[in-house]
Amino acid sequence: MTDTTAPAIKTGPRISGAFHRLLAFSGLIALVVGFSIASPNFMQTQNILAILQATSVNGVLAIAATLVIITGGIDLSVGTLMTFCAVITGVILTYWGLPLPLGIIGAILAGAASGLVSGTVIAKLKVPPFIATLGMMLILKGLSLVISGTKPIYFNDTPGFNQIALGSVVGSIFPGVPLPNGVLVLFAVALVAAFVLSKTALGRYTFALGSNEEAVRLSGVNIDRWKIAVYSVTGAICGVAGLLIASRLNSAQPALGQGYELDAIAAVVIGGTSLSGGRGTVLGTLIGALIISVLANGLRILSVAQEWQTVVTGCIIILAVYADILRRRAL
Amino acid sequence: MLTRRTLLGAISAVAMLAAANGPAFAQDSYDIALISKGFQHQFWQAVKAGADKAAAEFGANVTFEGPETESQVDRQLDMLAAALSRQPDAIGLAALDSQAATPLLEQAKGANIPIIAFDSGVDSDIPLTTATTDNVAAAALAADKMAELIGGEGKVAVVAHDQTSRTGIDRVEGFTNRIEEAYPDIEVVSVQYGGGDQLQSTEITKSILLANPDLKGIFGANEGSVLGVANGKQELGSNIVVIGYDSGAAQKAFIESGVITGSITQNPVGIGYETVKAAISALKGETLPPVIDTGFFYYDKSNMADEEIAAVLYD
Repeated sequence: MTDTTAPAIKTGPRISGAFHRLLAFSGLIALVVGFSIASPNFMQTQNILAILQATSVNGVLAIAATLVIITGGIDLSVGTLMTFCAVITGVILTYWGLPLPLGIIGAILAGAASGLVSGTVIAKLKVPPFIATLGMMLILKGLSLVISGTKPIYFNDTPGFNQIALGSVVGSIFPGVPLPNGVLVLFAVALVAAFVLSKTALGRYTFALGSNEEAVRLSGVNIDRWKIAVYSVTGAICGVAGLLIASRLNSAQPALGQGYELDAIAAVVIGGTSLSGGRGTVLGTLIGALIISVLANGLRILSVAQEWQTVVTGCIIILAVYADILRRRAL
Repeated sequence: MLTRRTLLGAISAVAMLAAANGPAFAQDSYDIALISKGFQHQFWQAVKAGADKAAAEFGANVTFEGPETESQVDRQLDMLAAALSRQPDAIGLAALDSQAATPLLEQAKGANIPIIAFDSGVDSDIPLTTATTDNVAAAALAADKMAELIGGEGKVAVVAHDQTSRTGIDRVEGFTNRIEEAYPDIEVVSVQYGGGDQLQSTEITKSILLANPDLKGIFGANEGSVLGVANGKQELGSNIVVIGYDSGAAQKAFIESGVITGSITQNPVGIGYETVKAAISALKGETLPPVIDTGFFYYDKSNMADEEIAAVLYD
């Protein structure tokens, strides 16, 4: 969201960042053009809205994952944390019958609290992020099932709840464009995350931790505190994803979530964020998430067999990362 | 710049490759999208095989998609939304969550795309029909087999998975009603529910066996239940007749070794076949019955390897 269209000439890292986003963006455009030519059913308002709707949850999760990946860490728990937050909202709204705003706050707080735990385990107990968040992934998966009694929690008693994802504020102003609110939430999360990354101390330390953690530590910064903060923010964003998916399904589905972290990480990587940390953008991630949904939707519209859809998606991920390697070699 | 061009080329090549698959189909054959509850599981692959068979027979183009697990409700909705955008002639749906699918079903109705429900029903009046197993009749067949195996008299029991789900209710009632109507000398002494959990069903089975030493047989109403019954029977060294439901590697092994005498299997191939057939009938303007029974079989050691049976059993 920062320097998207900046002319790719000035300083070293700027060129690379802008160049990669341009590449990912060109890839997205190529896919959209290709599918539009291949099928008249692709470029239709209803289908574009369906693609955006399908991107909203994975996009928010991918933005959450982007933050920790920039620190050089990883969060495998984003998928099941999303489910956990949805279940918490279900408990607050349906089991306890509390008003909607408390459900929303509850989901985000539950996410932040879980991120706080992950971050503390990583920073204080020195457990590698991969292992710590793998553990959290399983813990949260189990807790979601325990708390919900392994049954979906429906939101039938909270009539406004499904409007969070399915309603359309835009549609009520411009009747021709019923853009679902879930997509607006995705854009809002992207704007806030991009702002945090580029304009705040938290953002600067996020990049610094990923580039050279040791140097940051030696300069007297309390790196544990910043690390825990990043994981907490990631968790809070997962809470937003939990609200979106629960609203879209009008239920908290406790068994869902595992596997969603991989789609989120794929979007981050396609978007040009380096898994070794220190580099990445929210806009890139957003484009990466869009590429994944456009690909899935387009291949379905073309009636490509499901087996082959997965093969093509895998190829695209490898191509995207190979492009990244080529670019870095060229520097 | 070279790398960018190469990559763009590669990406568009992939897109084109994919595109080549698409519009090549003849326009005069029906385009039918099936959205299932799963994809790679043997049961769903058998449903797909049946759908492909009907597609070849009636000259339709059928696609078959389903999420990786039966919990991924949102992924199924994305698949259904993409299928709607494709504007197929008809859609077959095995809904993971009927309520979540309602807005998209309304959309299909608005676009005049007929919906055929399969496997479990869709809780809505939009689908024209449901292609599914008649669980009541299937469980009645289990009762007939049980009666035959125990010589038409004595005490039997049922271990079922759930007293609220449709399949649980239908299978228990199908079995007990048939015994009551056709076999006056057989008494169903106990119907208990173990949630389809193997361990819980084992404990239930043992308590039934200990309370009724003269029990002649138990019907296990789904895979988890009958595995528990088989375990309980083995742990107590009993020699009652056990009849099961569905298949799976463990159940098949128990049938091979004789712990379970035989089981009822649904016909997933038939489910896929009848769904596509019903969709084509709907497109031709024919009237459909509210439910299409896709059939079921009784299998035991003697016919497990038969082609017709082996095709519908899964691991």
